Amino acid sequence: MRPTKLKGRMWLITDPEGNRFDDIDTDMIFHNKWLYITDINEMGEYAFGNTPGWEDFPGKAKEGDILVVGRNFGAGSSRQQAVDCFRALGIQAIIGESFGAIYKRNVINSGMPLIEAPDIFESGMKSGDLVEIDLENGEVKKDGEVVFRARPMSKVQMDIYQAGDLFEYGKMLK
Amino acid sequence: MSTIVEKIFAEHSKDRVEPGEIVWIDLDVRTARDFGGPNVVKHLMEHYEGDYLEDPEKTYFTFDLSVPAKTIKYAINQQVCRRFAKETGMGIFDVDAGIGTHVLLEKGIVRPGSTAVGTDSHYNILGAIGAFGQGMGDKDIAFAFKTGKTWFEVPESMKITVEGKYDWPASARDLTFAVMKEIGSSGMLGKAADYYGDAIDNLSLDGRITLASQTTEMGGIIAFIPPNKEVLSFVEERTGQPQKGIYPDKDATYSEEVHIDVEGLEPLVAAPPKPTNVKPVSELEGMEIDSVFIGSCTNGRYEDMLAAARVLKGNKVKEGVNLRITPSTKEVWARVIKEGLIDIFLKAGAVVLTNPGCGGCAEGMPGLVGKDEVELSTTNRNYPGKQGPGKIYLVSPATAAASAVKGYLTSAKEVMQ
Repeated sequence: MRPTKLKGRMWLITDPEGNRFDDIDTDMIFHNKWLYITDINEMGEYAFGNTPGWEDFPGKAKEGDILVVGRNFGAGSSRQQAVDCFRALGIQAIIGESFGAIYKRNVINSGMPLIEAPDIFESGMKSGDLVEIDLENGEVKKDGEVVFRARPMSKVQMDIYQAGDLFEYGKMLK
Repeated sequence: MSTIVEKIFAEHSKDRVEPGEIVWIDLDVRTARDFGGPNVVKHLMEHYEGDYLEDPEKTYFTFDLSVPAKTIKYAINQQVCRRFAKETGMGIFDVDAGIGTHVLLEKGIVRPGSTAVGTDSHYNILGAIGAFGQGMGDKDIAFAFKTGKTWFEVPESMKITVEGKYDWPASARDLTFAVMKEIGSSGMLGKAADYYGDAIDNLSLDGRITLASQTTEMGGIIAFIPPNKEVLSFVEERTGQPQKGIYPDKDATYSEEVHIDVEGLEPLVAAPPKPTNVKPVSELEGMEIDSVFIGSCTNGRYEDMLAAARVLKGNKVKEGVNLRITPSTKEVWARVIKEGLIDIFLKAGAVVLTNPGCGGCAEGMPGLVGKDEVELSTTNRNYPGKQGPGKIYLVSPATAAASAVKGYLTSAKEVMQ
């Protein structure tokens, strides 16, 4: 079993004015000029490469970090690279107020935990906070205290996560 | 009773189809482009030992991004796909064909009620004929190639009614802008929609393609336009089979209803940074421009070429402005030549690209915009930096052509006598 409680350092993805950054599209996350890349190991350095204020993110991210993003994150294209670039950097999970529909599938299928958390930007958490998320009940804790209740992961999400990714999950179905 | 998405899922699944339920659906068609395609091949090779395709006859590569390959990396990626297609017997529409989703429509590979997935976020364009199309990442598509199936959470559906009459130069693109202004960038997030109303019934197939192509920009999974007679005869001609079409039940359940009035619609423009940032052209009239692009999966059909030609006939593109035109497919391109539109474009001073494809959205196949440059474009996204560091304003083909003539943003009324 993969762990259902994850601990990590949080990155609150805000706009240049420090507010919730909505509608970050896949060209801001992983620009179309890098679409030819097929090796995940080469993708990390381009993560957030076209997102104002976050261009230097690949140098700052650490293995096990957790992203907290605004509304309609990952709008736009179907590129898996916009998910894999974060996996390449060791990002452990993505928490967001809402996600682009295709992006959400791409995260789930890659076996990366995705938590839907409407209004989490109102919770007062900030970048650098150490948090613990419970994938089964959606609780987000800081210093042992529940600071936010997000939606628990759905069954299919949990099944794919536990299997490893969509391919492994598919093999179990037969 | 059922909305269109529920009907299509029920016909393609053994599971109980109700909003919120996870269902496994059978896929009639699955494709990958020169973007995503090589990653799909890589996943298949890494995760499975041979027997990569559930059905090669239902599986295609459609090259439309870097066509022909303009960098060595793309050349190699396309080569990977070509070799894989040859080994497995799957279909391939190569660099000459044009935009994949449009090719599927033209070749009769999809029909109303079909299920199809591919590595293109505008795959829901297939909603233009009442087919379920869904853009997906390369992992999803590799899984679809291998199994012929995918999982889906049945979305709730919105009922969107668009009514009213309008005259040239307002077009299907302006109607689409009006819908986007009302719904916003996430108003359809995670949902399906069925379109209703006389303004929708009156849309041509090309106009339907324009409207359906912007579903993703409103956050939608799929929006269906119930087929009219023109669409059914087109599909019958292309598939060689009689078609019943697909329509929602009279008492279908919708999560939300939206009414949009397009009576007397005026030309509209979407200013940066979002495709839903819609304003009347008259509000920004006179804004100087550097370049103009006409094409893409949103406005690269013959009707769009004709609208541009109608404005450009007997006119010249303003000195210092460059106008680039990219038909969406080889079929459209051939008609542009056959019907003489090419002469009008050339006489007006436009750059007409020789290869159909995704155009400006595909990292500048037909050119990018420089810093501080202002471009009018009929593409579907004006997100910052997508087509270069300049500013992109989205407009209809008629507005794009008229503005190219004047050198500033204006409506086609100001150019045509």
